[in-house]
Order: sequence, then C-alpha cells, then structure tokens
Amino acid sequence: MAQLDLRRKLSVLADAAKYDASCASSGTSKRDSRGGKGIGSTEGMGICHAYTPDGRCVSLLKILLTNFCIYDCVYCVNRTSSNVQRARFSVDEVVELTLNFYRRNYIEGLFLSSGIIRSGDYTMEQLVLVAKKLREEHDFRGYIHLKLIPEADPKLVEEAGLYADRLSANIELPRDEAMGRLAPQKDVGVIKKAMADVRRQVEAARPEKKAKARPPKFAPAGQSTQLIVGADGAPDTEIIDRSASLYGGYGLRRVYYSAFSPIPDASSALPVSRPPLMREHRLYQADWLMRFYGFSPPEIGEATVNGMLDLAIDPKLAWALNRRAEFPVDVNTAARERLLRVPGLGVKSVNRMISVRRYRTLRLEDVARLCRGIDKVRPFITTLDWTPGGLTDAVDLRARIAPEPKPDQLTLF
Amino acid sequence: MATAELAHETDFDGWRAAARRFRLAGVEPAEARFVVRGQAHTSDLFSPVHPGEGRGPETHSQGGVQDTAGSAPPSSSGVRDLDPGLRRGAQREESFTVPKAFVEVAQDVILHRSADRFDLMYRLLWRLRDQPDLMRIVSDPDVADAMERAKNVSRASHKMKAFVRFRLVEDEAGEAYVAWFEPAHRVLERTAGFFVRRFTTMRWSILTPDGSCFWDGEALTFGPGARPEDAPREDEIEEFWKTYYASTFNPARLKTRTMQGEMPKRYWKNLPEAQLIPELVAASRARTDTMVQAAPTEPNARLSKAIARHVRDGSYDEGFVASTLDELRHGVQACRRCPLWRDATQGVCGEGPKQAKLMIVGEQPGDQEDLAGRPFVGPAGQVLNEALEDAGIDRDDVFVTNAVKHFKHEPRGKRRLHKTPVASEVTACRWWLDQERRLVKPAVTLALGATASLGVLGRKVAVTQDRGQALTMADGSIATITIHPSYLLRLPDEAARVREREAFVRDLQRVRALL
Repeated sequence: MAQLDLRRKLSVLADAAKYDASCASSGTSKRDSRGGKGIGSTEGMGICHAYTPDGRCVSLLKILLTNFCIYDCVYCVNRTSSNVQRARFSVDEVVELTLNFYRRNYIEGLFLSSGIIRSGDYTMEQLVLVAKKLREEHDFRGYIHLKLIPEADPKLVEEAGLYADRLSANIELPRDEAMGRLAPQKDVGVIKKAMADVRRQVEAARPEKKAKARPPKFAPAGQSTQLIVGADGAPDTEIIDRSASLYGGYGLRRVYYSAFSPIPDASSALPVSRPPLMREHRLYQADWLMRFYGFSPPEIGEATVNGMLDLAIDPKLAWALNRRAEFPVDVNTAARERLLRVPGLGVKSVNRMISVRRYRTLRLEDVARLCRGIDKVRPFITTLDWTPGGLTDAVDLRARIAPEPKPDQLTLF
Repeated sequence: MATAELAHETDFDGWRAAARRFRLAGVEPAEARFVVRGQAHTSDLFSPVHPGEGRGPETHSQGGVQDTAGSAPPSSSGVRDLDPGLRRGAQREESFTVPKAFVEVAQDVILHRSADRFDLMYRLLWRLRDQPDLMRIVSDPDVADAMERAKNVSRASHKMKAFVRFRLVEDEAGEAYVAWFEPAHRVLERTAGFFVRRFTTMRWSILTPDGSCFWDGEALTFGPGARPEDAPREDEIEEFWKTYYASTFNPARLKTRTMQGEMPKRYWKNLPEAQLIPELVAASRARTDTMVQAAPTEPNARLSKAIARHVRDGSYDEGFVASTLDELRHGVQACRRCPLWRDATQGVCGEGPKQAKLMIVGEQPGDQEDLAGRPFVGPAGQVLNEALEDAGIDRDDVFVTNAVKHFKHEPRGKRRLHKTPVASEVTACRWWLDQERRLVKPAVTLALGATASLGVLGRKVAVTQDRGQALTMADGSIATITIHPSYLLRLPDEAARVREREAFVRDLQRVRALL
C-alpha cells in the first residue's frame, strides 16, 4: 500500500474520529510547565480553541491512531465492511503533531482513540505508548484523553490512567438488545466492567483525609461515555434511564449524546437521514436537569409524550406546564430546590436571587436583570410587585410563552 | 468639576488613588471626571502634567496619577477645592474601606474598552458609602452593569487564551514563537501569565495594538503596541492545522450561529482556520445530500468471514444447566430471567471451595460487589468476615454467594441506592442458587435475612422467629437462618448494635457446631 503523506493521514484520521462528541478539557488536576522541561498546563477550566461550522468546539486534537478495525458496528464509519480510506499513524507522528499544535496554541491536548487492530490488548498498548511518550519523554503537561478499549487487560487500563487525564469507553447504543444486531462483536457487559474498573481505581487514587502518602493520580478528570441518539430506536426515556444508571454506577463526569449522523459509505442496516440535532439538544437539557436541578428520571419522563421529549419546548418548561399546581413560586421566600424548578431560571440566576434577597425584596425587574429572559419565568413566579393571577393556569399558556413550533426536522428521502 | 488624570488606559492604581481622594473630599459622581493622559480633551484649565508616582499605598504601582490638585500641598486631600459646594461636608469621612468584591470587579471593569468605565466605577465607590452591601445586590442597575462589563473582560481574556495563534520564527537565539492578536478588551497584562505558565520553556511574544509582551524563558516584559506586520506571516504547521479543522467538521450538522456565538467574527481575521469557514459552510449541504442519497455499497465479501469470526455469541438458553461452577458463571452473565441484568455491571456468582461444607447465602450484590464481580467485598462483607472470625469459622472454608445475582438499585445522582429484590426476582434467580447448591453440595446452608431465606427455602419466613433453627432440606442437607449483616450496619443505637452482633455471632457458632 502506498504511503500516505502526513497531511492526508491527518485528514483521514480526524475525519474518522469526529463522530465522538466528547471535547472536554476541564476538571483535571491543576498543573503548569514551570519548573519542567516541557510545555503544557491545565487550569481547571477547559479552553475551546476554535469552533467549526457545526457549532462544536475544537479543544483537543481528536484523532484515531488508526481507522483499521476488526469490528463491524453498523453505525460506525470505521467498521470493517466500510469502504472508506484507511490510514495509520505511527506513535511518533501523533506525539509530534500534538506538540506542534500545542506549541502554537491550537489545542489543549490530545484525544486519542483507535479502531481495534489485532487485539484489544495490542490496540490499548499503542494508545498508552503515545501518552507515555508525551508525558515521560517530552514532559508534556497538557490534557490527554485516551479511549479505553474495554477488552484490554485491566493492567493496561491501569497504566493508561497514570498518563491520561480522562478515560472513556463508549456505550454508543442506549438499548442493550440493539447491541447484538448493530455491534455484533461488542459486549455491553465488557464495557461496563471496564467502566467499573476505572471507577474503582479513580476512587482508590483519591487520597484519604489523613493519609501521609498520596496515592498516584489516576485519570484525574474521571471518565465519560457517549450514547448515539437515533440509531437503535430507543426513545428518550430509555436513553435518560440509561444515563442515570451510568452516572450512578460509574461516577461518570459526562454522558455525551451524539445525534446519529449520516456517514460516507453507510450501512444499509440503518436509516440514513439528517441527524436529529434538536432531539440531541433536548437530551442534553434533560441530562442537565438530572445533574444540576434535582430532577429524577421519572420526573423528566413526565415531560415526555410516548417516551419522547418535546422538541418545541425545553423539558423543564414541559414539566412545569404539566405541574401547574406547584406554581407560582414566591422568589422571595421559596427554597432553592423549588426555584430551580422554575422554567427559565438557571442555577446561576437562582444563586444570585438567593444572595440578593437577603438584602432586598425582589421585584419583577430585579428578577429580569438576574435571568436571561423574563417572559418564560413570569407565569411561574410571584415577586413583591407581581403575581401571575390566572396566567399560571391559562389554557393557552404554552402558546403564549413557547416559541413558534418549528417544522419537523427535515428528513431527506 | 474635579478631574483626575490617569497615566494610561488601565491605570488602576492611579484611578484608585484619585477616586479615594474624591470620595474623601465628597466629590459627587456627577462632578468627578477621569481622563487618560494624552487623551485629555479639555485640560486647558489645568497645567500640563508630568508622569508621577502613584500616590496610593501600593508599591507596585505602574503608572502615575496626577489629579487636578497636582500642585496642591501634599497635606491636603489631593483634590483642589474647585467649588466649596462640592463638599457636602456633613459627614466627611477620614478614611474608608470597600468590599473586596468591589476591588475585584473594578480591576476587571477598568480593562473594558468603554469610555465611561471610570465613571461607573466611581459611582459604585460613591454609593458604597451609604450602601456597604451594594456589591451583593447584583440586581442593582449599576452593579449589574459593572458585573456585565467585568464578565465581558473576563470573556475577552478567556478568548485570548483560546485564539492567540503562535507562528514559529528562527533567529540567532534559536526558535521563538510570535503571535499577533487583537483582544476585545485590554486584557494583555491580565492574561500574559497564562502563557507563561503554559509555555514556560518556549521563547514567545504576543503583539497587540495596545501593547506587547515577551517571554524569554525567565522573565516577562511588556512593550508598546505593535502592528500586524511586526509578526511573522506564515508557519508551515498551519496547513496541518487547517487540514485538521476542515476534517473534524461534520457537514451534516451545520450550526453556524453556535459557532459565531463562541467564535465571534471579530477574531476571524487572525485565525488561520477561519479562512476555511465560508467554503466549509457552502459545501456542507451538498456533502450531506451526497451521503444521505448514496446507496449503501456492498461490503467487501472477503471480510465477511473475518467479521463472523469475532461475532460474540449473545444467545441465551433459558433452560441452561451448568455442570461446573465456571459454566454456571457464564450462564449467569447471559441470564435474562428477570430484568435486573440491565442496570447491573455483571452477575455476581458465589465464591469459595468447590466442596465447601458451609454455604452462606446473602441477599444480593451491593454497589462494591457489582463493580468487583465478587460477593461480600463491601461494608456488609467486612461485618460478616469479622463475625465469622469471632465464631471460629474460616471464611476461606466457606462458599459465599447471594440469593439474587444482579444488583438491584436505583440511581440517585452519582450513587446507587440499594433496593430489595421482589419475590419474583428472587424466585427467578433460584434457578442459579439451586444449581450452586447442587454443584457445591454443602452440608449446611446459612441464609442471611429474609431474601436469602426465600431463595434457599422457597418460602417466606420470619427471620427473627425462625433464626437459629436447623431445617432439613429435600436433599437431606441442613438449612438455617440468621439476620443479614447489613442489618447491623443500619442500627443507629450503639447498645443495640453490640447486642445484635453478639446474637449474630452466637448464630454463627451454632452453625459451626452443625458442621
């Protein structure tokens, strides 16, 4: 096979990696390059160095080591049976690219994944080798996210955790039953076991309060996973239940939702249509409601119809419209938990209100200055100078505050 | 009108010194004016000023401040009495303090490019006199305005960290990296430290219209503003970067508004990759249509065999009967007799000698057991181990298992709360427990708690009434019942815990006597 030049490889292997939505470079241990021999820093907040026209950020150099793969997952652009062009980086090529990009301030670090070549162990070894070289030979202190190959020996996972900030194994299919049909070589049990191992090691690396010696750091930015939306027929409620189960079981920092997107040389086993971007957005909102607003999966379920979230309005508003009896909420006296359930009020707005109301009684204009738009909030609150009266229970409330419903997402045929 | 002249646009120390004097002198916000040296448009009233030293207590002051009282005796407050009426003398302050939050916000606000920022800062300082809590009332229009500007400044600083693009140059001293950047606000000095921390071992410069900064590997220095042509024009790695940018873009998900919100157009001209945006956007529709409309191609036939080789056998035989414990383990992993497998990590089978005389049956694996794939390794396992030791039983001689093999729970944030399995789940799982008992053939089976008793005996029992009794099973072996050790963990009362633990150990001793 002819040798591809490096730019061509980069093009193939970045294209092959882009269906993984994870981009975070935040939440790891703080460190910088002072006193070191290399470059790199992480300061808590991640940095998005660019945005592509798909609205996604470029934070890490997100590439595959190779897109050769012995698996044949029908949703994947890199499956064995796909006729896409194949390429493979050498370990040194990835190391050099990462450093060259980093020095020019293009990226926060590296997100390296790979197709499965030869075996899970061999593939994982190669990934670990890249991270090890960056850390040990180049004293690179930027962010590294490594993909876990679930079938790999737990010892390799352990080693990966020493070099990487974050590890991730993707569940991809929310519905277990679909796995056999769409990803016949994958075993969801093996993926979960790999995640369980990571959680146990992350917890073991957490220093005891009075421990004298700190255990070595293990993946300080934790682990994440991705669920594909719209490939296996799972409704939103099933996806949310799956997420809740993963967050609870494996201490995940994030579950990413990735709208199933058409790929070059798609399999005939899946419908090829434009990705359900709005659905993906609503799932992220529901995910936020679970993690930051105290909503349980069944409560989010109340905001669905036939298991699907409303595409026209956000899930919190949908929930509140079904639960009018809980409103209006008095912003001057209500507990934080109740304020968090008011449509249009975010965590920051609520925190600010709670802080301000210790010094003055809130009026509607105060609330308006503390949130992003008062229209959605107004029917659900009372303030010193405002009470919604019959508005809260108005039959046409949804029509009054919800934006014009957009036409259904276009499906090409 | 009282006027203070600041040494430069971001002369915080100068502003602070002048503002302090103004407030002490009772100068109302409407009467206070701050001008930047060189830009004072109406300064004919006042004599020309010379760079001076900051008058504040700060020793690191960078610029000087000359207020209109530059020629006044140093003992005065520093503000010339332009109009005695300005002094609302009623309650003149001698000195005052301000909340830390004000200083922090003001230090950001001064970097904002708006011309009236000094006035806003002084208005807040003035109002703090009567409203010491003002900064906490973030709904106040002035406070909200200041916070908004501080946020914009902070965002400009963040965007600088994101969008500076270095280009490599070679000079006599070796490699150096140079960037031309146009920050939205005057954040160069505020942000330079970030680049020092990140690129400590590189030599680099960042040039902006407001000023420039240089790092030689040891010290950071600042210089005057620069022009775009002072920076290098190209860098060969940029072609790789643009290749990456174009390839990582998914044309099927065009969201240009999101992109522009996060990467405003004002930055585009200095971002090499942004040149590609128009063509990427223009081609996206056609690229997507091509993918959507393309008929799936036939997979490479040669691959079919290779694929088939790796296909996992996910089939499950409802009536699977194991002839070894290993087979049983595989059977449990594939089990679909009840829905508990779905949210569990794995089925947890029993563990211990194949010919153990004693089998201990718990309820179900907990959080830790589910992760580790082994029974009784969590807190309840700890209690059991200690009690076994006290009773003179070696855990290594015992086959330890559970009535239900998968962890039943409910997710609650980042935790999983234990849920008691219902009778149908216990009954479904007897399929496996019975097989374990058939393979191990223990002389005595000890059931811990109600769920385990249901699993072992196939009927409901009252644990507190029936504990300790030796019951004969159909196969002639003995079964007996005691409490589950997690019961001891849940007792809030120390005395009760001690009492119950003793009873538990006594039950275990009785079991030992049966062996």
